[in-house]
Amino acid sequence: MTTDATSFPQDARAALNNARLQGALTHLKEGFQVKRAAAFAAYPIPFESLREQGRAIKQSALAQLDELLVQFEAQASANGGKVHWARDAAEARDVVTRILKESSAKTVTKGKSMVTEEIELNPHLIANGLTPIETDLGEYIIQLRNERPSHIVAPAFHLRRSDVEESFREKHETLPPSRSLDNRPALVAEARGVLRRYFEAADAGITGANFLVAETGTAIIVTNEGNGDLTRLLPRTHIVVTGIEKVVPRLEDASVLLRLLTRSATGQEITSYVSFMSGPKRTGDADGPENFHVVLVDNGRSALVASPVHEVLQCIRCGACMNHCPVYGVIGGHAYGATYPGPLGAALDPGLDGLAKTYHLPFASSFCGRCEAVCPVKIPLTKIMRYWRGESFARGIPRSPFNTGLKLWAWAARRPNFYRRMASAAARVMRILAGKSGRIRSLPVLNGWFVARDLAKPAAESFQSQWRRRQ
Amino acid sequence: MIERPRVGLLVTCLADLFRPQVGFAAVKLLEQAGCDVEVPAQSCCGQPAYNAGDAKDATALARNVIATFAPFDYVVVPSGSCGGMVKVHYPKLLADDPVWGPRADALAAKTHELFSFLVNVRGMKSVQATCRADAAYHDSCSSLREMTVGPEPRLLLKSVDGLNLHDLAEKETCCGFGGFFSVKYPEVSARMADDKIADAKRTGADTLLAGDLGCLLHLAGRISRKNVPLRVRHAAEVLAGMSDTPAIGEDSK
Repeated sequence: MTTDATSFPQDARAALNNARLQGALTHLKEGFQVKRAAAFAAYPIPFESLREQGRAIKQSALAQLDELLVQFEAQASANGGKVHWARDAAEARDVVTRILKESSAKTVTKGKSMVTEEIELNPHLIANGLTPIETDLGEYIIQLRNERPSHIVAPAFHLRRSDVEESFREKHETLPPSRSLDNRPALVAEARGVLRRYFEAADAGITGANFLVAETGTAIIVTNEGNGDLTRLLPRTHIVVTGIEKVVPRLEDASVLLRLLTRSATGQEITSYVSFMSGPKRTGDADGPENFHVVLVDNGRSALVASPVHEVLQCIRCGACMNHCPVYGVIGGHAYGATYPGPLGAALDPGLDGLAKTYHLPFASSFCGRCEAVCPVKIPLTKIMRYWRGESFARGIPRSPFNTGLKLWAWAARRPNFYRRMASAAARVMRILAGKSGRIRSLPVLNGWFVARDLAKPAAESFQSQWRRRQ
Repeated sequence: MIERPRVGLLVTCLADLFRPQVGFAAVKLLEQAGCDVEVPAQSCCGQPAYNAGDAKDATALARNVIATFAPFDYVVVPSGSCGGMVKVHYPKLLADDPVWGPRADALAAKTHELFSFLVNVRGMKSVQATCRADAAYHDSCSSLREMTVGPEPRLLLKSVDGLNLHDLAEKETCCGFGGFFSVKYPEVSARMADDKIADAKRTGADTLLAGDLGCLLHLAGRISRKNVPLRVRHAAEVLAGMSDTPAIGEDSK
């Protein structure tokens, strides 16, 4: 879905009043935070040293990104695969569609992939007469509902069991109304039955990649449902669509990042499946695709490599930042109006989609810093949000009377004596407005404050004035 | 340890205008800790500009503060947030400035959050104060993460006669203030405040304490709007024995 976060304030308000969403968000803590903390505690060496290792691996990989990508292409080609380069979303969509048409594909199964969300692949495939089927359970559910993922690891996090049942009953024509779907195993069995038919019918499978390994030409995915393997192994053609920043030099590097990723995301020591995909089926292989393609998507990333926010490309998409974000925790993912929600999105979306669509997101943070405290590769998320705030202010996106007010305030604050006189005058006015009560209910300025709260009335005399008088 | 250090108090705009008592409480505690306290004429640390994306004005204000407080042995701030601005962000803002960069580093090195200074620099372990209350202590995010303050205010609060100190269940979670965040997205900010207030009420506390007036004015404002029976104070007031005065937002004079 196209990124448009310009209605963030309204969407956030709606999210606060969405009872279903609020119910789902209460599970963030035990579902993610507690499990992650337990996985950290159980790790045999201080987790901090692993984080530091992960950061160093990603940082050095990004510093030699061009060479690693060329090495990856050479290795993947030597393995019998084909590597494609896509400068932007349109090129990526076209490459994928061309490959699918060349292999006469109709039904296309898909593993979970945020990059294919980012490039809005599914609507494009449908417009070209293809049938994409999401096979990750959460992704499948939101595909039925025509929604975007509300979380990068748990795409249907915002839904209740009953919502899923409702969607299945509406869309699954072979589902008898008499069959009970009042528990999770029943829902999973229903989805599995439907998906099994698609797995058998699929002509091609598309997955993302959590990591690319340059030395071996391998793409790696982690899944818990086994859908990734059925997507990549059963059809004739497998296409990996992934961002260029996923490449690391060696298998050993990927193994460090895997340890960080699964613990940070779901608190697992390892996911149920970790799939290493290095090329098409070889003679003697029991299974595998005949054609293996990797589409390397830039879509704004190479411009970020050389920018002051390059660290955002270290991200391994674990979701820990959103799981621990107090803002995400009360509004969920959809209100962000972008592919990547939460602190990661606030740091990344302006780089991918431009500030004009995303200017709210870097401001939609209290700068509490918990995101960067849990980030497994130590991305300085608040520093990056601050950079985007600076761009927003400097470029006047959006034009805001607030910024003019701020300049005036700063002009005064640089003149301490004048500032103190102005502040005391403002305090006197506020005290008059407060009257006999201890608080102010509203003011003609800073309306946002008074929407939600009162303001304690200022003191009759400032500290500095009292101090000077007493000295 | 310097025998009688000369301490410059960076009182913060909010304490200066809304809660002078926090300034006097800080002075009293610093004097008890053997410091000579001075309050140079000051305005703002520049954090509002910095957080709004206006690094230029923030840098100009930073230079003001650096020049004002350079002569002192220590700079002490009764706020993790304004303290973090000086200690963590000034050096970054001025990193490329050959003259002001080193001055920013020097100021950062001697700047401390109040409770951390009392305990870690001056070795204070207890206070002589009484406050009959059930209190929960809220860690401001900048105290917790930028200034790494946590055990210090609790150590001192536990020595207050009559005070029962309770732990919040979600003590690492933000209260939703965040400066202009609270004005730009008030409903989101208020929900975060409501969660914090509910957490405090669940502990059985009748008083909510913190070391940052930003959080406190935001929480007190929400408490007032929703008529929640919960008093709000800066922890320094309690430690300095000044808790017989009206709580924040309750002063009707």
